Amino acid sequence: MLAYIIRRLIGAVLMLLLVSLVTFGIFFWIPKLAGQTTDQLAAAYVGKAPTAQAIQDTKERLGLDKPVIVQYGTYLKGIVAGQDFKAGPVVDHCPAPCLGYSFRTSQPVLPQLMDRAPATLSLAAGASIIWLAAGISIGVLSALRRGSVWDRVAMVVALGGVSLPIYFTGLVSLAIFSYSLGIFPGGGSYVPFTQDPGTWFLSLVLPWVTLAFLYAAMYARLTRAGMLETLGEDYIRTARAKGLPERTVITKHALRSTLTPILTIFGLDLGLMLGGAVLTENTFSIPGLGQLAISSIGTGDLPVVLGVTLLAAFFIVMINLVVDLLYAAIDPRVRLG
Amino acid sequence: MKKIRPLAAAAAVLVTGAALTACNGGSGGSSGPGYNAAVNKVVNASDTKGGTLRLADSDDFDSPDPGNTYYAWTQNFARLYGRGLTTLAPGAGQETLKVVPDLATSLGTPGDGGKTWTYKLRTGVKYDDGTTVTAQDVKYAIERSNYSDELQLGPKYFKAYLQDNSPAYKGPYKDKSDSGLKSIETPDPQTIVFHLAKPFAEFDYLAAMSQSMPVPKAKDTGLKYESKIVSSGAYKVDSYVRGKSMTLSRNTYWDQKTDPIRKALPDKIDLQLKQNPDDIDNRLLAGKLDMDITGVGVQSGTQGKVLQGNQKGFTDNPFQGFLRFLSLNIHVKPLDNIHCRTAVQYATDKVAAQTAYGGPLAGGDLATTLLPPSVAGYRKFDLYPQTYKKAGGLDDATIAKAKQELAACGQPNGFSTKISARSDRPKEVAMAQAIQQGLTKVGIKVDIVQFPAGDYFNKYVGAPKYVHDHGIGMMLMAWAADWPTGYGFLSQIIDGRAIKPSGGNNLPELDDKQINDAFDAAIANVQEAARLKAYGDIDEAAMKQAVDVPLIYAKALLYRPKTATNVGITLGYGGMYDYLNMGVTK
Repeated sequence: MLAYIIRRLIGAVLMLLLVSLVTFGIFFWIPKLAGQTTDQLAAAYVGKAPTAQAIQDTKERLGLDKPVIVQYGTYLKGIVAGQDFKAGPVVDHCPAPCLGYSFRTSQPVLPQLMDRAPATLSLAAGASIIWLAAGISIGVLSALRRGSVWDRVAMVVALGGVSLPIYFTGLVSLAIFSYSLGIFPGGGSYVPFTQDPGTWFLSLVLPWVTLAFLYAAMYARLTRAGMLETLGEDYIRTARAKGLPERTVITKHALRSTLTPILTIFGLDLGLMLGGAVLTENTFSIPGLGQLAISSIGTGDLPVVLGVTLLAAFFIVMINLVVDLLYAAIDPRVRLG
Repeated sequence: MKKIRPLAAAAAVLVTGAALTACNGGSGGSSGPGYNAAVNKVVNASDTKGGTLRLADSDDFDSPDPGNTYYAWTQNFARLYGRGLTTLAPGAGQETLKVVPDLATSLGTPGDGGKTWTYKLRTGVKYDDGTTVTAQDVKYAIERSNYSDELQLGPKYFKAYLQDNSPAYKGPYKDKSDSGLKSIETPDPQTIVFHLAKPFAEFDYLAAMSQSMPVPKAKDTGLKYESKIVSSGAYKVDSYVRGKSMTLSRNTYWDQKTDPIRKALPDKIDLQLKQNPDDIDNRLLAGKLDMDITGVGVQSGTQGKVLQGNQKGFTDNPFQGFLRFLSLNIHVKPLDNIHCRTAVQYATDKVAAQTAYGGPLAGGDLATTLLPPSVAGYRKFDLYPQTYKKAGGLDDATIAKAKQELAACGQPNGFSTKISARSDRPKEVAMAQAIQQGLTKVGIKVDIVQFPAGDYFNKYVGAPKYVHDHGIGMMLMAWAADWPTGYGFLSQIIDGRAIKPSGGNNLPELDDKQINDAFDAAIANVQEAARLKAYGDIDEAAMKQAVDVPLIYAKALLYRPKTATNVGITLGYGGMYDYLNMGVTK
């Protein structure tokens, strides 16, 4: 088991290196191949009226005048040894692991990510609890009452949940529950848990529910399909023939094997979610990683985009490792080694 | 059995919610001060102090550092925590085009025929740490913002007009000499003297830029300064977290006696950044927000809502100081012939272009001059009058004039060229399509070429070689002044010396000696009336060359909640609300 985990962790590091290389290439090599000069790249980080001197100064300050491979090397060196940044009259030290400085704001990237991660974690944790609980329960009940009014209603609502975009359901929920009924605070009201747990909770209810609505719908449909397939298996018939109570048959036998593929998808969804629940964060103005990613892509802030990408990749790799470890716990047929 | 229709039920819930929202208009029940009430006068005038002014922005500052910003709303907002030598008058309408003294006791005193400008600072002005503001701090602020390698986001007008050292001054981060930039003298802590390379009568407008807000050298941290700004204004910056928020509270060392223009009404100002623009509108309507600080108006989905019934009295539709226009490059055939350009002036369907950009409210008014009405020096004239059919489209007489010009240009059946627009600005692309359709009526065929906004001027239309090589005869663009006078507006778009190898804004490449000389003569003239008249003349001279087709004077539909007090449109900062004296009802 330990050897397996170590092997996977080494794999994770190599994967992150590869992701960083590919992302770096996408942002620095591909524009060059497409004919963009470093002057044009640098001009984007100067004000409205860039002079040749300003472009040259900016190019040197951001290191854009160096070969891409040297820039990548500097980036990696920053991760292991830290980096110094000349901000004018002062020099700012970014300790290892340093993910560089924003081209737009000149702020170190990692503290920005760490500052925003709690908001995204809060959003992802709450929403995933709701969607897992609601999605699996609804899916199981639908499967058990196949063809009933409940089943049909649940599946049509699930279809709606999957089809309606969050920026629509989010704004409608804000319009109804915040601005008309005044039950929940409006957009932009997120505060960190440590600052005010009550407001933190209230401000997240609508984003949780809206986000969970989308995912719960998917999970309900997946669970229903899985359960229906499993309930037709011989071992379920055997369990019932042995006289086991129906509750035991459903929870210990049918649901357990249905959960294995659900867990796989949950791992991926959660990983992607932690990388940034982009639409939800933008709709509810939650200052999380997704909002940072979108804003950085919009302004071409490459170090920040790279940082978010690496963090998202890190989450996905780690959660997949945890999911693989959980397989063994859920399904006795799986052994790790 | 009666079947349940879940989707219908869900739709009913949504519709009910929307209806509830529409009913709950926050400002409900009142017709408000009136449509466009804040365009020419301050509404909800109040001297009541206290409360928290709640502001939101769908974006962020380029930088809140007064020395490192180019955004108009930042210049407007920064006056809350900083005081420049001069500033644009607070209030509403035309009066906001005037420049007034702020940190200085009076406007600049010109000398040496407009080449020397002297300002005396008010005594007793203090930073939020209690130390006294000095002329040396103003000099340092201008040096760091204009001459350093690091602060590159703001304009560089001081650098362009001040005499430079010999050898060239390298900025305060590299040049450690005591004298610094020699052309700014500070004979005593209350006096600052600027020496220009040539006469510049509008120096008071340069002094109104936030770059003249003082920065104590000992507190300067260069690019890091934005996170710890030292305040010389009525408010101090408690915190600024990029992409999240800025909070301001009273600068306890600010003294009303030193400040004739600020009311300093709210106790606290909260600015939320990177907020969902549609949600900002909903919060304004629900009374949960006092102002959208971006100044570009409500989203298209909200326009209908605020124009209905009792909400309309809470809206304003001011000019934004922008002109949207079509530039015709005089080196791309056959537009090198003035008659071909004149034909385009007549044949461009401006109403269709206006409709494509959102109509009169969200788009703007039809334009006939380069200077918009909200810029000092504007003179109304129309060299290429058009008339339109009731059913839409140019009438036969206007089309006939266009065809006559085409014949004079040697292209009686029309010609082909390209028109450019920014691909990530759908309204501009729609505008190009509308113009394209209109021009086909006189035989002018244009292909639309689209470029990303980020590279539009640096790589494509602002690079003459690219334009010539690719035969792009027509280019859509928009322009607003860095300061609201004819010189501030026109000098970058029709002065021949503004043509650059890339990143230029004189897209037609107009380089007319008479116009260039007229700019020099005007800006050297300290007589304001004569100067303003000259701008109208320059505008007309450029229009006679038919190089730019004015399309619309941009407008925006703004919403002012009744919770905000002292609300007026400042034309000086591009038709947004003036934030300097805004207060809030408790």
